[in-house]
Amino acid sequence: MVEVARRTLALAGRHAAGEGVTVVPGEPASRISLRAPDASIAALSKALGVKLPQKPKASAASGSRMALWLGPDEWLIIDEDEADLAAALSRVRALHSAVDVSHRNLAIFVSGPNAEAVLNGGCPQDLSLEAFPVGACSRTVLGKAEIVLLRTDEQTFRVECWRSFSDYVFTFLSEAARDAA
Amino acid sequence: MLLIRCPYCEEERPELEFRHAGEAHIARPAPITDISDDDFEGYFFIRSNPKGIVYERWRHIHGCARFFNAVRDTVSDKFLMTYKAGEPKPELKGSSR
Repeated sequence: MVEVARRTLALAGRHAAGEGVTVVPGEPASRISLRAPDASIAALSKALGVKLPQKPKASAASGSRMALWLGPDEWLIIDEDEADLAAALSRVRALHSAVDVSHRNLAIFVSGPNAEAVLNGGCPQDLSLEAFPVGACSRTVLGKAEIVLLRTDEQTFRVECWRSFSDYVFTFLSEAARDAA
Repeated sequence: MLLIRCPYCEEERPELEFRHAGEAHIARPAPITDISDDDFEGYFFIRSNPKGIVYERWRHIHGCARFFNAVRDTVSDKFLMTYKAGEPKPELKGSSR
């Protein structure tokens, strides 16, 4: 008999909903934590096929790929098709550091008219459309856990948290969703 | 909640994203092996801890993760200004140092 290793997703089968909001785990994706100086940005953007944003809170997307500005020399690259990001970067000669964090993080989608209120149940940032428009992203906190937040549309947020925090983050969001109305 | 302006994120962010990182503008003596024990004590352990305006390092640890410097009034807990690490120490009226 052939034994096949099967990966069980941390939040498999979980979902939560409240008035005007749903909380669902995202599909697996490949992710790279990328650090590089200004001089390498052009070469890395070309290799990834997405222009690395250089403005605070900015993100860029191209097809299934996203680049999130986390700091002045730090980005989180996400590919929702699980493309091999490390291979794409292996040919880049410009100075950079790329660490595969595909399985370190997982995504939780919070969507609905009350998504903002649910996230503000534990995230102290101003998430109004003026301060946090569509495409805005930021590393921040949710309760006691660190998250990366990305607004994918007016009523949808992608929450990236560490796998080991995912139970806490999901439960936190579920509780917040219950109180959303 | 206290809002702190991060000079790298270029906006005010909630204090929960930040962590205090000690007094700013303490230069490491070079070469450090040549200094006396007393000088080392002064460099390593002794902090001014004034009442009033202090220059501090802060880190936007749950944000851009950068260290920066801040001028804060310990009496009112007001941040007077923040500036990037490596920039010269601004002289403010009423500062004791």
